[in-house]
Amino acid sequence: MKMIIAIVRPNRLAAIKDALNEGGFSGITVIAVKGRGSQKGIVERYRGSEYKIDLLDKVEIKVVVDDDDLDKVINIITEAARTNELGDGKIFVLNVEQAIRIRTNEIGVAALGKK
Amino acid sequence: MNDIQNLKTALDTAWILIMGLLVFFMNSGFAMLETGFCRTKNAVSMLSKNLIVFFISTLAFWSLGFALMFSVECIIPSFKNLFLLGEKSSYFPLDNFRLPLQAIFFFQVVFAGTTATIVSGAVAERIKFVSFLIFTFFLSCFIYPVIGHWILGRGFLYEMGVRDFAGSLMVHTVGGMAALAGVIILGPRVGKYNKDLSPNAILGHSIPMITLGGFILWLGWFGFNLGCTFGFSSELNSHIALCTNASAIMGGLGALFVSYMLLKKPDLSMVINGLLGGLVASTASCAYVSLISSNIIGFIAGCLVVISILIMDSIFHIDDPVGAISVHGIGGIWGAIALGLFSAPIQYDYPNVSYPKPGLFFGGGIEQLISQFIGVGCVILWTLVVSMVVWLILKYTIGVRVSQRAEVDGLDIAEHGMEAYPGFSGGGEGII
Repeated sequence: MKMIIAIVRPNRLAAIKDALNEGGFSGITVIAVKGRGSQKGIVERYRGSEYKIDLLDKVEIKVVVDDDDLDKVINIITEAARTNELGDGKIFVLNVEQAIRIRTNEIGVAALGKK
Repeated sequence: MNDIQNLKTALDTAWILIMGLLVFFMNSGFAMLETGFCRTKNAVSMLSKNLIVFFISTLAFWSLGFALMFSVECIIPSFKNLFLLGEKSSYFPLDNFRLPLQAIFFFQVVFAGTTATIVSGAVAERIKFVSFLIFTFFLSCFIYPVIGHWILGRGFLYEMGVRDFAGSLMVHTVGGMAALAGVIILGPRVGKYNKDLSPNAILGHSIPMITLGGFILWLGWFGFNLGCTFGFSSELNSHIALCTNASAIMGGLGALFVSYMLLKKPDLSMVINGLLGGLVASTASCAYVSLISSNIIGFIAGCLVVISILIMDSIFHIDDPVGAISVHGIGGIWGAIALGLFSAPIQYDYPNVSYPKPGLFFGGGIEQLISQFIGVGCVILWTLVVSMVVWLILKYTIGVRVSQRAEVDGLDIAEHGMEAYPGFSGGGEGII
């Protein structure tokens, strides 16, 4: 099993959620985060003075999938998250040791939220 | 015939009272505008000042200010005129108006309140609450009424030909200069300027609140300018309404233009400052100038306000969080001078209004312009010097500035012990 951590634009969240759902991957965890990439934030102006926003609002999505589904899910997320502008975000993939569904004690792939 | 006269007086009285109510509502406009320009941690402080300043200025103007402004003996008002106890005839400049004394007082006291509330924005986020209220008392009972006596109370400036229809000089320049004196004594907010004196942006916390405040002030301003006829004249009042609006929109457009030129973006807070600057400038002359002139006066005012805000911030390091010194001070001075340039030969003659001579651009030569310059000089000198003395006395007695700790924590917790948005401040930005 793999955990996909996708850090994306907040305004793409709805599209990614829908796309994953359509692909049959309903189980996701989402948190609001702040971060920056190689652009190191943006410069804004207020009454003639410039100021830097060096941490921008992003959304972090966690999805755990079977190894076979990994490429498919990454594809769904990148397609839905992409705007081709700077700041579209990053995806990281981690190994997952084990998964347990608390209600039923099912373990492994059976515990995941795939329909 | 008597009945018609009574009816006319009743309508005139209703008019000035309603205009007074509009001016009163400007208090809420100032409260919204200034609170929007400050940070969340100082919002309670800002709202408190804007509310309580009107309590203080009403008391001060009722007790002493009104007598000082409209009595024959200016500096030592006859004691029978204090607390509005005198007969109407003893407030001699008002004797020729048919309106009841109470109606005139009501209209004047909301003006005094406006003058006082201008100061609160410029000294925001660092002034001691009590010191501010004490200053306000002196402003409303002494500094403002003396100027008022010189111009509206038929004092020496009036005799020299200085005209100021609704108070570009009397109200706005006085408020702006009193604020400037306060900011000079107080110094900038913690963190406003770096070691090399380059300015940092300290962001206001609510642009919607600033915009609401701007709209409320715009509405209130119609009362400001339309009430100063001390009665109702169909033609003149209609003309004033158009001129007031023209200066407002052109002030906003002027600020928009300069903001695009110098800052590359249409900074909304600057546009609202420019709109108000246009209104301030229209105040002196809206009854005396043509509609086209009003547009020009407003546009120049809007440009001047933005340039002034930028210069004060980056060159003179005067930290004015809301731009009050530029809007009211610079806008007011320009308004007074513009009268000397643009005042037209009398078009709508109304007996309650004392008209200026035609201005430089309308065949009157430089006579009126010189009068206006003298008026501007006297008002700036008097207000700056006396305000500075009052601020300095406060500084060396009870102090004018909160501790650095209180300023960093915010005046809401430090001075008022409450928050404006409990449960909402802090990190939780809830972007999902």
